[in-house]
Amino acid sequence: MSVIVERALGAVGTGEAMLFHRPFGFLGLAIEGGSPTSIFRPDATPAHSIFGLSMFILAITGTIFAVVTGLLIYALIKFRQREADTSGEPAQIFGSTQIETAWTVIPLLIVVVMFLTAARVILATQAIPKPAKTLDVQVVGHQFWWEYRYPKQGFVTANELHIPASDPAHPLPTYLEMSSADVIHSFWVPRLAGKLDVVPQHVNTMWFDPSKPGLYLGQCAQYCGVNHAKMLLRVYVDSPEDFAAWVKRQQAVPEGVTSTDPAIAEGKLVFEKNACVNCHTVSGTVAKGRFGPDLTHVGSRDTIASGAIENTPENLRKWIEDPNQMKPGALMPAMRLNDRDLDAVTKYMTALR
Amino acid sequence: MSTIPLDHELDETPWVLPDRGISAMILLIIAESAIFIIFVVGYIFYLGKSLSGPKPADVLELPIFSSICLLSSSLTAHFAVSTLRKAKTAACAAWLALTVALGTIFITSTGIEWHHLIYEKGLTIQTNLFGTTFYSLVGLHASHVIVGLCLLLVALIAALRGKLNEHHAERLEVLSLYWHFVDGVWVIVFAVVYVLGR
Amino acid sequence: MAVTEAVDLTAQPKGKHLWLEHVYDWVTSVDHKKIGIMYIVYSLFFLVIAGVMALVIRLQLMVPNNHVVSPQTFNRLFTMHGTTMVFFVGMPILFGFGNYLVPLMIGARDMAFPRLNAFSFWLSAFGGILLYFSYLGGEGLFGAGSAPDVGWFAYAPLTEKVFSPGHSTDYWTLSLLLTGIGTVATSINLMVTMISMRCKGMTMTRMPLLPWLYFVTSFLALIAIGPLTAAQVMLMLDRYVGSHFFDTQAGGSAILWVHFFWIFGHPEVYILVMPAFAFANEIIPVFSRKAIFGYPAMVAASVSIAFISAGVWAHHMFTIGLGPGANTFFTLSTMIIAVPTGIKIFNWLATLWGGKIRFKSPMLFCLAFLFQFLVAGLTGIMLSAAPFDWQLGNSYFVIAHFHYVLVGAILFCIFGAFYYWYPKAIGRMMNERLGKWHFWLMVIGFHLTFDFMHVPGILGMPRRIYTYEAGRGWEYWNMIVGIGAVFQAVATLVFVYNLVWSYKHGEIAGRDPWDAWTLEWTTSSPPPDYNFALAPSVGSRRPLWDLKHPEDPDSNYE
Repeated sequence: MSVIVERALGAVGTGEAMLFHRPFGFLGLAIEGGSPTSIFRPDATPAHSIFGLSMFILAITGTIFAVVTGLLIYALIKFRQREADTSGEPAQIFGSTQIETAWTVIPLLIVVVMFLTAARVILATQAIPKPAKTLDVQVVGHQFWWEYRYPKQGFVTANELHIPASDPAHPLPTYLEMSSADVIHSFWVPRLAGKLDVVPQHVNTMWFDPSKPGLYLGQCAQYCGVNHAKMLLRVYVDSPEDFAAWVKRQQAVPEGVTSTDPAIAEGKLVFEKNACVNCHTVSGTVAKGRFGPDLTHVGSRDTIASGAIENTPENLRKWIEDPNQMKPGALMPAMRLNDRDLDAVTKYMTALR
Repeated sequence: MSTIPLDHELDETPWVLPDRGISAMILLIIAESAIFIIFVVGYIFYLGKSLSGPKPADVLELPIFSSICLLSSSLTAHFAVSTLRKAKTAACAAWLALTVALGTIFITSTGIEWHHLIYEKGLTIQTNLFGTTFYSLVGLHASHVIVGLCLLLVALIAALRGKLNEHHAERLEVLSLYWHFVDGVWVIVFAVVYVLGR
Repeated sequence: MAVTEAVDLTAQPKGKHLWLEHVYDWVTSVDHKKIGIMYIVYSLFFLVIAGVMALVIRLQLMVPNNHVVSPQTFNRLFTMHGTTMVFFVGMPILFGFGNYLVPLMIGARDMAFPRLNAFSFWLSAFGGILLYFSYLGGEGLFGAGSAPDVGWFAYAPLTEKVFSPGHSTDYWTLSLLLTGIGTVATSINLMVTMISMRCKGMTMTRMPLLPWLYFVTSFLALIAIGPLTAAQVMLMLDRYVGSHFFDTQAGGSAILWVHFFWIFGHPEVYILVMPAFAFANEIIPVFSRKAIFGYPAMVAASVSIAFISAGVWAHHMFTIGLGPGANTFFTLSTMIIAVPTGIKIFNWLATLWGGKIRFKSPMLFCLAFLFQFLVAGLTGIMLSAAPFDWQLGNSYFVIAHFHYVLVGAILFCIFGAFYYWYPKAIGRMMNERLGKWHFWLMVIGFHLTFDFMHVPGILGMPRRIYTYEAGRGWEYWNMIVGIGAVFQAVATLVFVYNLVWSYKHGEIAGRDPWDAWTLEWTTSSPPPDYNFALAPSVGSRRPLWDLKHPEDPDSNYE
């Protein structure tokens, strides 16, 4: 399973990322320890502007913390009851209107400043018009997996989102139109943008424009049922050429469908004779179900089970045998296939590239 | 056991605080209002969002007569209190009886309306969002009317048996406050369901 | 001033021998002090249960890919932990203290409606039992082990019959409905007590700050529980008669539930924290030997917090897609709460300033509260900025933030209140040495757990996950958090031991062990059934100060 995280780390563990954090040097490093999901390592616009705002607010609250804690400690030391003191009760002071006014007005001014800064980021993220050139993806949250539909390119995939890197000179941001097929989920890839909920019967739109190719991780951030913890997110930011090649492969009929290899053809037959087709789609075949992930190019994915399991033939076979063994709460039932059928279907799945 | 006496030489102005029963009823009304507000908000939020018929305009008729009955019962409840305060127990019993009668007319006509909607128009709480919000809002109000009627009935029986006298005026006033509240809520429900929503 | 001592001539009640007589005595009691103590004992019981749940949760998360409990069990654990702590620990323990203290502090002999008081306690008590009965009855008596697993804010449509079959969610709904009714009744009772039962001379401006804050908190409960009750009724109708309030397939709205829940849920936070402020308001002045600084400002700040808190609920919904307008508005309204809250912190600081601070157990807990509440407030400001919340919302940062409030502020104040008023209720002091042990273990455990819990949130760890992969940089932090939890558990054990030990062996307290100033310290410890033999009358906010310093009474300054 190590490959899942290593590739993501490879994308972030560069000197540049460290350099970016020099102002907070040691503390930043100690806190992060190279996390691939740190909100303090932004790599796309919304995450960047949020990071800037965070630092501003941290600086203000940090100052308030230092001042008030200092006063508190000073008061505790200076005004402690001393053994030798026998002079009775201290002077009773009941209040002072001037002082009360001061510590009402000053915080109010600080609040106004923080509010205006925050409002700027809100408007810059949520209230800007959509540019002419974008990549549009429809995201559908399902209990414990993600469906990605590319309407302009005309294909559907699941669990691994591929988007093109956006060149700052010719920006090509990705716009996600998100909705849910069942309960509320939340789309959160910390290094790209803040989270946004994926709500049934309600469309939310988010965007980001990462410039560096790499793998960005995240996961569902709204409790959505038994296996909420394993509803992981993988966003592959590809170079424009890689992305174009990937789109081309996704639009093509997978080799497993047309293969003449008898083992693969047998797997296809088993797949289509069983209930698999009620829930899954393999384009170019009779399998047209929409309840489960689109399997057209499942063989080319790095992971199965929404990023939770590395995509190897052994894992795939175990998954088909009984999904709940590997991911408790998965809605796919154990299909009770015999060993021969299991091998055949696994072969077919692996060939769907 | 003893107590440190705290006996300040205060001026002799009497120390009078608000009545417990009335304070409590006002607070209960505030708490109940919060519940009703949520149901009203839910009703307004779902106006016109039903995926299928029937729509409010198709099936609802203005319950004018029963509304007049309910609203005038507020007046009779008030008279019941004021006559009891003057120790006119017989008059109080009469006003109470009238209040109960008017309330009963209201609740009966709600029953007839629901029967009509369910059996002739085919609108149940499961039919669509209109059915869901209509029956829950009107039903919540109707259940309050029923509670009020039960309490009024207790008072009426006490009055008829001659157990009610002017010392109970405060208590009857607490009850009448509740009844005024139920009537006030009906004004809002009427406006939202039968005027705005239709 | 009259100097007659009032002598109690009531016959001493006959000694009770059978334990059944004691039980009967308590169960049928309508005395506000007994009901208060029952509330408190009941909540302590649930505190231990929900605390053990927290320990299991932390154990599960200490290392990645852990298998101590199954995902199903884990989801039940955090749901029950949250629901129990909010509804069956936080609310009852605070109302327990309110029940005990408010009548004593305003010089009344009981609550306005003693029988209603008992009724609300038993409603709340049965609510808690009903919730836990779900472990037996959630799937009918045969399918044991099916407590609610929808999270304590139970977002629709996860709670609809399609996604949550069986009866576990119904147990959750019903038990909250039941305690909700109990809470509303207690709130009305407390408010009416304060409106109609104050002793002679105690105008609203002379009422001590504890009753004042209970007044505000009760009012908040009054208007906040209604929306919860309404939403629960809607959910029950959905589940039982097939209505469509939150049924998204029939056009219902998932977001509506979220609104309704947080219209209750945010004021709820202040319902819980106001009583904690109330304890600090009594304890900090007494142990600084000074009057509270800025009494009118404190009252005004509490009232304005209550008002503003009714208009900030959607800051729990910054990530649900309300649009830029609503996000901006709720950022502002939420940030403004910092102002009255800041006023409170500054006033407490000013009360310490120039005093002669005595570091006894109650004061230690309140001082830690002051520091921790400051931090909680500052992380709250971070979360109030909507964009920052898009990152931090629903992450472990939020968990750390609100536990800083619930444990660092509220629980610490509750512990302080125990040490402060235990002598009044029991007649014996709590052991000071054990108290210091309890305090320092708790401080160490608290900071190990909740300081370091902020970090995984910053590193992208969402809440409510039963396990996680290695390599995200979360594992060390979760390990430290888990170790801190153990310290807190030990501290709580020391505390419970102290409660029990002091009951038999504590030093006899006497009427006024802390040299304090409010009315409860004028009567004997424990107070007699009728509280005060003679109805007291007061001339200032600190009647005992006036009595102890006749040459310089407060009434000259107010």
